[in-house]
Amino acid sequence: MTRSFLPYILVAQRLGIAFVTLIIVSFAVFFATAMLPGDVAEILLGQAATPEAVAGLREAMGLDEPALSRFVHWLLGLAQGDMGTSYVNNIEVAELIGGRLLNSLRLAAVVTLVSVPVALTLGICAAMWRGSIFDRLVSLLTIFVVSVPEFMVATLAVLVFAVWLGWLPALSYGVELDSWSAMLRAYAMPVISLSLVVSAQMIRMSRAAVIETINTPYVEMALLKGASLSRMVLRHALPNALGPIANAVALSLSYLVGGVIIVETIFNYPGVAKLMVDAVSTRDLPLIQSCAMIFCVSYLSLITLADLIAILSNPRLR
Amino acid sequence: MTNTPTNWTSRDDAAVEHMIRRGASRRELLKMLMASGVAVAAGGTLLSHATAAVAATPTTGGTLKAAGWSSSTADTLDPAKATLSTDYVRCCAYYNRLTFLDGAGTAQMELADSIESDDAQTWNIKLKSGVQFHDGKTLTADDVVYSMNRHLDPAVGSKANSLAKQMAEIIKVDDLTVKIVLAEPNADLPTILSLHHFMIVADGTTDFSTANGTGAFKSEVFEPGVRSIGVRNDNYFKSQGPYLDSFEFFAIPDNNARVNALLSGDIQIAAAVNPRSLRMVEGNDAVRTSISTAGNYTNLNIRLDVAPGEQMDFVEGMKSLINREAIQKSVLRGLADIGNDQPVSSANRYHNPNLAPRDFDPEKAKFHFEKAGLLGVEIPMVASDAAGSSVDMATVVQQAGAEIGMNLTVDRVPSDGYWSNYWLKSPVHFGNINPRPTPDILFSLLYSSEAPWNESQYKSEKFDKMMVEARGALDEEKRTAMYWEMQEMVANEAGTIIPAYISNVDAVTSKLGGLEANPLGGMMGYAFAEYVWLDA
Repeated sequence: MTRSFLPYILVAQRLGIAFVTLIIVSFAVFFATAMLPGDVAEILLGQAATPEAVAGLREAMGLDEPALSRFVHWLLGLAQGDMGTSYVNNIEVAELIGGRLLNSLRLAAVVTLVSVPVALTLGICAAMWRGSIFDRLVSLLTIFVVSVPEFMVATLAVLVFAVWLGWLPALSYGVELDSWSAMLRAYAMPVISLSLVVSAQMIRMSRAAVIETINTPYVEMALLKGASLSRMVLRHALPNALGPIANAVALSLSYLVGGVIIVETIFNYPGVAKLMVDAVSTRDLPLIQSCAMIFCVSYLSLITLADLIAILSNPRLR
Repeated sequence: MTNTPTNWTSRDDAAVEHMIRRGASRRELLKMLMASGVAVAAGGTLLSHATAAVAATPTTGGTLKAAGWSSSTADTLDPAKATLSTDYVRCCAYYNRLTFLDGAGTAQMELADSIESDDAQTWNIKLKSGVQFHDGKTLTADDVVYSMNRHLDPAVGSKANSLAKQMAEIIKVDDLTVKIVLAEPNADLPTILSLHHFMIVADGTTDFSTANGTGAFKSEVFEPGVRSIGVRNDNYFKSQGPYLDSFEFFAIPDNNARVNALLSGDIQIAAAVNPRSLRMVEGNDAVRTSISTAGNYTNLNIRLDVAPGEQMDFVEGMKSLINREAIQKSVLRGLADIGNDQPVSSANRYHNPNLAPRDFDPEKAKFHFEKAGLLGVEIPMVASDAAGSSVDMATVVQQAGAEIGMNLTVDRVPSDGYWSNYWLKSPVHFGNINPRPTPDILFSLLYSSEAPWNESQYKSEKFDKMMVEARGALDEEKRTAMYWEMQEMVANEAGTIIPAYISNVDAVTSKLGGLEANPLGGMMGYAFAEYVWLDA
């Protein structure tokens, strides 16, 4: 009886840890922001920041309240689902984030749909035919892709496909998305650039994980009992390699929400990464905190999901 | 274009066009072209090419997409808070000012019908009648009084607070007349009112999530840090309404991405293009450049109150040692006008054209350095990427110095903190000053004895007195004469070496018409939306 409860206890533990991490990150971000020089009033006034002007604006914006109490206030608001109002432009943070988070998630989803199946197939096949020409080719290509920085991939892609060939638009946002082909064209370049970056990691990790399980005695046993190569890998080795693979996939994908600032910049795609940079440069505390929470939540949920897959797929824990 | 010389580029086309707009005669232009080795026959073709661009007929309709270089969540529709180019573009499209600056830098009336004063202290502003805001409200004196008073309210956080402070009284006389009384006479008020911050908003406006102005476009979409879309205001008060049906403005911060988007036809204007990418633009017939020199400069400052600048001979030597032509040609790639050590650039109508830049004369420099006993003494010049191109400029000076036995070193420091740690503080350092529309603002900010940013610690009682006197002088001739003399004083007596005024380069599609240079900055002083058109 106790044995069948074990996975649920583990899952509950994971969720609890995730929640505590969220609170800790929130405080860490607050203290880091508090240490940055200058505040939002000074930055908004720029060269016109005379001491009286700064004092006047601070008072008008309610910034003369101590930072910690403003933060706690914000945290309590968040618990009730209110992300606060941006200091800089008085727009609700939820409204500022809403559309852009949707953009980021849409891009991340398309990249995931494209890159995960391709990467896993390539990784597992490379492991199956380890040492073959195919394996070496895949390894070589992944190392190549991992070493070329994404701004280079993205800029080259724009230069070739948008400027020279004229097949695709250079910008991904603002073009008319009135048909499927237009949407495909607009998303093609950012998706390819990002897929290259994230799949290289997944290919290498899944190949390594599968090879490690292939080397265990029980898989060798399956081979000796006469299982075919594909049955040996897919039926016997893969379930045990699923945990590490899920983790590698989650780590790669977590990058897609907050870490794609370069691709957002080059393709002029308004996502949350650029929003966070804006927020930090204007010291807009509610917006910084909200963005940080979103990155943290997306990261934690991916990692937790990977752990759940690892726990639930592990035959020894079932 | 069979007569075009092979190495003629669209950049040169733009340079010729730039000169024509400034009012250069055909003879002057041909002289310039001959000097650069272009045959007379070819020169004629080039001129007609450029003149045609200046005198084209507008086409109505179409949508324009333009990209600036920066945009963030701090984007605003509140003119008082406008900070970045994107804000200025929006403000110019959705609002109007009382006055605006034309290409020659003269204040022209916009919402005002006349601005008059007998003593430069009490100003009577008559407004145009029948002008309507986007919501249908008619423009009255209350709107102007409200708009001006906002700059004095600290809670607004106006960027123009220090300029607005001189307005001691802002009074509504009747529905279409406003009286502004200044604390001290200032004949520049019409020019000051042409700054982007002094756009007129409707009385009582506190919500700037959309723009209710009188401008040529109505704000349709405003997403801070993402994009702005404006549609034509059919009820615009000017007879020459906007030509475009709508425009979209956003930022592509990466220079290459911005140029690529233009080359692929996704946008029609790429603002402030780095000179490094000009070759890509020049190789393509579908795009051209638009050059404007508004008066931004990077300068070498020698403090006159500490060694080695205490000795005027060192300053004199440095002024002769700086190779302005090399800086203009190689450091700034030709995209600059040679400067003559004073801050009023040729884009300003008070610029003194008789004040010739000093010649590059190493022998004369050596004479002065020898007299000061500084030959061979190590003197660091502090440069940083924070002051654009200053590191390259410093290297040019250093090499010229090495040839006459001067031991000048380039002390390169990080951008972060440059303005608070090195600028105004190091004995020999570089600065960078943005364009300002009037000599008075430049002089009181940078050269009067009390100036907050007195870069070389220049102090002259005569200069201070002239500055106050010129500020209040309504007689244009007298005023110009005074400003010319003050420019000479700065060039000869201050320790600020201004080798060149740096140009701003916008890259635009060849189909774009109507874009002209403006002393308030690139993209036609950010007001392009109202004036440009797209050829079909």
